[in-house]
Amino acid sequence: MDLQTTIYVFVGLSFALYIGIAVWARAGSTSEFYAAGGSVHPITNGMATAADWMSAASFISMAGLISNMGYGGALFLMGWTGGYVLLAMLLAPYLRKFGKFTVPQFIGDRFYSKGASTIAVVCLLIASLTYIIGQMTGVGIAFARFLGVSSDTGIYVGMAIVFAYAVFGGMKGITYTQVAQYIVLILAFTVPAIFISLALTGNVLPQIGLGGDYRGTDMTLLAKLDSVVTDLGFGKYTTSVPGSTLNMFMYTLSLMIGTAGLPHVIMRFFTVPSVKDARLSAGWALVFIAILYTTAPAVGAMAKLNLHATVNTAVKAGGDLFAPEASIKADSQPDWMNRWEKTGLLKWTDKNGDGRIQYYNDKTKDKGVLDKAAAAGWKGNELMVNPDIIVLANPEIALLPNWVIGLVAAGGLAAALSTAAGLLMAISSAVSHDLVKSVFNPDISEQKELLAGKISMAVAIVVAGYLGLNPPGFAAGTVALAFGIAASSLFPAIMMGIFSKKMNKEGAMAGMLAGLFFTLFYVFAHKGIFFIKGTEYLDLIGGANSFFGITPEAIGAVGAAVNFLVAFLVDKVTAPPPAHIQAMVEAVRIPRGSKLVGGAH
Amino acid sequence: MKEDRSSQAYWKATLSLLFKILILWFLVSFGAGILFADMLNSIHLGGYPLGFWFAQQGSIYIFIALIFYYAKKMGDIDRRFNVQEE
Repeated sequence: MDLQTTIYVFVGLSFALYIGIAVWARAGSTSEFYAAGGSVHPITNGMATAADWMSAASFISMAGLISNMGYGGALFLMGWTGGYVLLAMLLAPYLRKFGKFTVPQFIGDRFYSKGASTIAVVCLLIASLTYIIGQMTGVGIAFARFLGVSSDTGIYVGMAIVFAYAVFGGMKGITYTQVAQYIVLILAFTVPAIFISLALTGNVLPQIGLGGDYRGTDMTLLAKLDSVVTDLGFGKYTTSVPGSTLNMFMYTLSLMIGTAGLPHVIMRFFTVPSVKDARLSAGWALVFIAILYTTAPAVGAMAKLNLHATVNTAVKAGGDLFAPEASIKADSQPDWMNRWEKTGLLKWTDKNGDGRIQYYNDKTKDKGVLDKAAAAGWKGNELMVNPDIIVLANPEIALLPNWVIGLVAAGGLAAALSTAAGLLMAISSAVSHDLVKSVFNPDISEQKELLAGKISMAVAIVVAGYLGLNPPGFAAGTVALAFGIAASSLFPAIMMGIFSKKMNKEGAMAGMLAGLFFTLFYVFAHKGIFFIKGTEYLDLIGGANSFFGITPEAIGAVGAAVNFLVAFLVDKVTAPPPAHIQAMVEAVRIPRGSKLVGGAH
Repeated sequence: MKEDRSSQAYWKATLSLLFKILILWFLVSFGAGILFADMLNSIHLGGYPLGFWFAQQGSIYIFIALIFYYAKKMGDIDRRFNVQEE
């Protein structure tokens, strides 16, 4: 079978499986639709949470960014796992005990105010929509390469598929579909990594291989990589930091807090039977997530080494990287480079007209490297590789068999679709339940409520698809913005709702608004108002990253601090919450008396 | 003296557990992985510089251990104060 047919077979089979499961587990009631009837085992739930969690950003984009950033890529690794510790300890068990199924519901009840819950709905919608834009970017890239269509068409196909099963399945369908998707995506990620680790280091486990010796040399893999990239003028792999240490610190913190504040992840913990299971579920989710997250650094480093070794034969053979014959001839470049050139995500321009590919950092400040390059007749870097393609191209770069490439295609799509579906659930429940039912029309029938939810899903998909055609950054970067928004708005409000009996509605509302506006103001200054290109206003804030050199992706942590501070100050000068609310907080804190999550109020 | 079984005491026990775990959580990620990474990089774990290992591998393993430790300890506290689910 040729490569294209193999890919169609793998993607087709995996889709048939998901659709089969979605039909089998169709939801009957609102409670089943949103919370799967509260009947999911912690390990099953952990696996589904992991699939929900590991989106196109984790699967497609993250390892590529790590490959690009080196050590600094750890901010994604720690940020997107460390948040589970916060989630397990600070939020999940208490929200489960509270026994409602949406985040705005908790905020509305705890802060005894429709206004607070409406603000929470707005925060949730902005964070979730930003997140889906990142997913759509990933879906577009995956389809562009594997179905041989343009990335725009890829996005349209993805929109239709996500919509179909999110609408028909509901939470119960999504939960079981996501278990299947987890299995597909984790195999797709680890199988090529194992092959590559074996080839480069002789270790089966990529986690060990990354710390192993580079085959055929007496150097460790990381030492070899460090020496190759520094010789070519890139930052040293094991120490390079994005921006500053402060920025890395804030970026990591922002992702961690955002993890614990993202409604589609929190919602997961409403679907387990008990408070005890809610605590364990977070642990199981992290186990399943860690399998990918500890493999990703190996994928990133090994792909980088493989890529350099592909275009420069001196990497493997040793000897002078700048020797004329070391750079490969463009007409003998491997097939995978030709295939990716068609998508426009990999580009070669022969700047010095010698027909060979020179790949180095021509913007380096290391004069020694520039002198050597000039002496060798190099006239600038000739290869541009979009980091978002690294994972998808990885098995091709390592020349693995066709079925592995087919598997990776299916995995990338599984990752993007499962997360998009989870986010759509969060959006639809927020609109139909927390906005339409509790604010506009309390007497709405259960059927009409479900219909409102489905319509809001459709609108969300169209908006996200439209913005996904013109994304504000790489998939992982766009997703990081969504985390910043969740971190600065929802997390502090939920946490204060549990850990402070005295926090009142005025404080919580002011805090959420202050955190949200602060973060959006900074993000939109860099990325445009609602991510529409051309509406950036960097001059107003004094240039890019003007706040202590912190990038917009990392500002969420500062936004969260603003949220806490404003809430605290406003709380001090307004009336304390009524006694029954304080009693409710007491009750939420102890596990005894937890009930199944019900659809009714 | 009889042990204090009030809900205040339960909450105090919970918070002290949270505080301990959060310190460890901070030390392995922001501490070993970021702030002290350069210092730790002079030590090697196999082919890994230690700071780099904490940032890209070790902190994640420790996060998992922390959550299961928390779940177990919270179960103990629940039973000690007799507030566990029936």
